Amino acid sequence: MIFATVGTQLPFPRLIDTLNGLAKDIDEKIVAQVGTTETDTSASSWRNLDLRPTLTPDEFGTLFQNARVIVAHAGIGTILSAKRWGKPLIILPRRHALGEHRNDHQLATAQQVQSLTGIHVAWEASDLAALLAQPDLACATQDQSPSHAALIGKLRDFILA
Amino acid sequence: MPSKTSSKKIIAIASGGGHWQQLMLMRPAFAGQQVLFLTTLAGLPEQFDATPARIIPDCNRDEKRQILRCANALLRLMIRERPDVVISTGALPGVMALALGRLFGARTIWVDSVANAEEMSMSGKLAKRVAHLWMSQWDHVAQEAGAEYAGAVL
Repeated sequence: MIFATVGTQLPFPRLIDTLNGLAKDIDEKIVAQVGTTETDTSASSWRNLDLRPTLTPDEFGTLFQNARVIVAHAGIGTILSAKRWGKPLIILPRRHALGEHRNDHQLATAQQVQSLTGIHVAWEASDLAALLAQPDLACATQDQSPSHAALIGKLRDFILA
Repeated sequence: MPSKTSSKKIIAIASGGGHWQQLMLMRPAFAGQQVLFLTTLAGLPEQFDATPARIIPDCNRDEKRQILRCANALLRLMIRERPDVVISTGALPGVMALALGRLFGARTIWVDSVANAEEMSMSGKLAKRVAHLWMSQWDHVAQEAGAEYAGAVL
């Protein structure tokens, strides 16, 4: 199963449209959390997906942990969840120019995390097909990144001073 | 582990959700110290094996009575615990804990949530006045705000 999530704040039709298009050629169920605002307007065109307007935290956790791979916007919560539960995560950053967010901070987030094990960046929606077709995508880990280790070091030095 | 006399007493506080999750990722920095965890959501500390822990009333800027209840709980904890260090990732209860802790002589740390990739959070801006160490988890945000940057929990 593929689990797609766009977070709770904004719709992300570019991601969901792309997945809906790919679903016909993929022999794998796609469950998509799309947010309430979107289901009213566009849901009728997303016939190839198992749509979930909203999910409780428990439902979200279960789907996340049971999925083969998670596809999402470049949200911090999603990235931390992938690390916590050790899952492969594909992120498509929202673009300001396409009206998908107030600014391009998701591009900055994607650049920051692209070197992490198990976080796979689709810079364009057209990159999604190839990433989803990979049979053994690396899983995210709870290992400390160099940046994380540096933060811990700074805090520790301050605490012990 | 260092002896009791040399270990520091830390109060580590975060609201439920992303703030708490990030605070948990900073736990290696507290190794060997005496930590008391505070959060706003019952059940959360158990999920992360964070002990000892206390639940405090949540509050935000729009609810004056809740702010008083939260401040009262924090004040009593600070008087009883007298922490050496207070650290928070957010939100408003964390700012109040830093302010009250500082009154009682604690050194204070604010690490703004990594979700704030554009500018310091609202509570982060408030925390500037009460944090000895005031940090963003984004280099460009830190530079713009005059905060410190060392890394991020990502």
